[in-house]
Amino acid sequence: MRGRPLLYTRYEADQAILNTVTKKVMVLIFLSALLLIPFQVLPGLDFLGENDWLRLLSTVAIFIIGALGLNILLGLAGQVSLGHAFFMGVGAYVAAVLGSDPEGLRLGFGLPMWIWLPAAGVVAAGIGVAFGPAAVRVRGLYLAFVTLGLVFVGDYVFRNLISVTGGAEVGRTFPPLEFRLWKEDTPLIDFASDGAWFGIELTSEAKTFYFVLAVAILFMLLAKNLQRTRVGRAFQAIRDRDIAAEIMGVDEVSFKLRAFGISSFYAGVSGALLASFVGTVIPARWDLFLSIQFIAIVLIGGAGTVAGVVLGTAFVTLLPRLVQDATLWMEDVVETGDNLLATLLDLVVATESTDFGLINTLPGVGPGLSVFQLNQVIYGLLIILFLIFEPLGLFGIWIRIRNYWKGWPFTY
Amino acid sequence: MTSGLLILAQESTVVPSEFGRMVVNGISLGAIYAILALGFVIIFKATQVLNFAHGALSAMGAFLIASFATIINVPGRWMEGSPVWLQWVLSVVFALVLAALIGMALERMFLRPMVGEALFAVAIVTLGIDIIVRTITNDFIGQTSRPMGDPFGLKTVGLGCANGGFIGEVDLVELCTVRIPWTTVFQMILTIALVAGVAMFFRSRTGIAMRATAWDQEVARAQGISVGRIFATAWAIGAVMAAIGGLFISMFPRRPGGVDTFTAFFAFRAFPAIILGGLDSILGAIVGGFAIGFAESAASTYLTFGFLGTGFGGVVPYIVMLLVLLIRPYGLFGTEEIRRV
Repeated sequence: MRGRPLLYTRYEADQAILNTVTKKVMVLIFLSALLLIPFQVLPGLDFLGENDWLRLLSTVAIFIIGALGLNILLGLAGQVSLGHAFFMGVGAYVAAVLGSDPEGLRLGFGLPMWIWLPAAGVVAAGIGVAFGPAAVRVRGLYLAFVTLGLVFVGDYVFRNLISVTGGAEVGRTFPPLEFRLWKEDTPLIDFASDGAWFGIELTSEAKTFYFVLAVAILFMLLAKNLQRTRVGRAFQAIRDRDIAAEIMGVDEVSFKLRAFGISSFYAGVSGALLASFVGTVIPARWDLFLSIQFIAIVLIGGAGTVAGVVLGTAFVTLLPRLVQDATLWMEDVVETGDNLLATLLDLVVATESTDFGLINTLPGVGPGLSVFQLNQVIYGLLIILFLIFEPLGLFGIWIRIRNYWKGWPFTY
Repeated sequence: MTSGLLILAQESTVVPSEFGRMVVNGISLGAIYAILALGFVIIFKATQVLNFAHGALSAMGAFLIASFATIINVPGRWMEGSPVWLQWVLSVVFALVLAALIGMALERMFLRPMVGEALFAVAIVTLGIDIIVRTITNDFIGQTSRPMGDPFGLKTVGLGCANGGFIGEVDLVELCTVRIPWTTVFQMILTIALVAGVAMFFRSRTGIAMRATAWDQEVARAQGISVGRIFATAWAIGAVMAAIGGLFISMFPRRPGGVDTFTAFFAFRAFPAIILGGLDSILGAIVGGFAIGFAESAASTYLTFGFLGTGFGGVVPYIVMLLVLLIRPYGLFGTEEIRRV
């Protein structure tokens, strides 16, 4: 129906994953921009093609997978989980055991990625479902504490299973991202070294970026599709009112178990990719803060929406880098400039050991916050402020902007 | 001659009791968990806020005590010559007042706007508060631990002691069946006093108003109770309890060095105690606190098999919590949610 984008004449068109022209166009622009990033041809955005930014963007893609998983549990099924980091850890160590070099320091079977990546998800999902009966029996707030316990018990297990995890201080190395058919010597596709794909020279960072991007898009499509299936709608019914859902014939126990299973699958894959991408990880990586980070992503982005998760992940994952850059810039201004701006910024950053400042990047103990600490404070503040002022998150802000322009120039 | 004295020394030796040590440690741990759980439950009952920031508040309170007692030495710097214990007690009181004010300020700023929102959303707000308070406190504490300046130090009192005798010229240390740190005695007295204080508080006018608010906020308002003031009071009490819990954590025998960045994480272990007793039960908080304390102490004393690795005692609270919740999903004393259609 030309000119009437919201008039649907078929149910399939209404339920399509990209059901409006705007969505199709925006996704197309966004995707092509992402594909062009490593070539540094986008005016103004060419810095994103630098290797450190590409690594950050790859991290964003990996975090998106994990956040989508929590979003299914928290946003769709309405179950609070602080245990997401534990399932990521499970996935990572399954990947490590299956994929690592058998001659290595720690346990490894040297299997190819097409086995260890799905296996990471499947084992994490299995543990999620096995944990399910406890989670189904316990409701609401008590569930938050049960899953909190999962993180701490998991931390203890990870620290003590030295043959698998390498122990608390050392950690272990994880299999690299490379594609082999079986255990042959040269990998079929190697993401860890520079080389040419279809005649185009690419750095290892660019290759890795394309790979994790493809996986993230696959998982996004699956998550988006889940929302419109019977299972996804059952999740939402349980979220909105569990008793009403049961009366409508939704088997609460079975669907809660499925929610935990699917969510843990996403977490496992994300954890395996993250550990493999980073290379060496200590067990403390899968701690409570990682779980809180994912909750922050889902809440800041907008619970229950895939687009919100993408926005939230980009925001939360890129924030440390932005804070760091801003700090460096402020320090630079203070040290070189002599104007009003420099005087004002001198109150914010400390440049000498005796200097007062809210931010203090100098080594040693001072009253100021380090960049890492500042990031944490900003996370905390963002969680609080979004929940108080914009419970729908970044997605809610977008909805409001959209609604404003829909009626423009009228306010209604 | 020398050998004869040695035999004498062995005859008078009292065997230190492993069980006794376990009990003393359990009491000490239990007091910490009970106090932390008590503050948490008071906040939850009165304001319907699940306070994940309790650990951060305890670390902050402990750091405030450490700063008043040793770093800035207030009011000790103006009262030279007075007894050390008096200076310390006054410093603690000052720190507790400040902790209560901070607790009230946090409630007013971040939680008052969330009144009436879903419990889960409010709980996540406290997670945000936890991150902020914990990070800033840890930044102030720095890399080292800050001594609490308490007059108890490492001193202990012995039970069932016997003189160790002499080996040659060397005076053997007195041997005892069990040694109780003075800090544990202090903890017990303070815990009993606080529990009695809370019990009395709930019979006072404000306490009854708080119980009414816990029952139904709207009805309480209709009775002329200022619910906002009740919230502030509950947070003040909660913050003070958390600070005292933090003080206990940061003293001998837990952390002889004083408050450090670990204090906030230690308080996370009090959550199983809260859940074990039931989120909304004061009695449950105390019973759960001591039960978890004893379970952890017993596990660290007796379950020392090699295959369990290190740090098993630290996860025992969570394992106990998981098992209890499987049998009783609302804790031992918690109110069961009645699901009605």
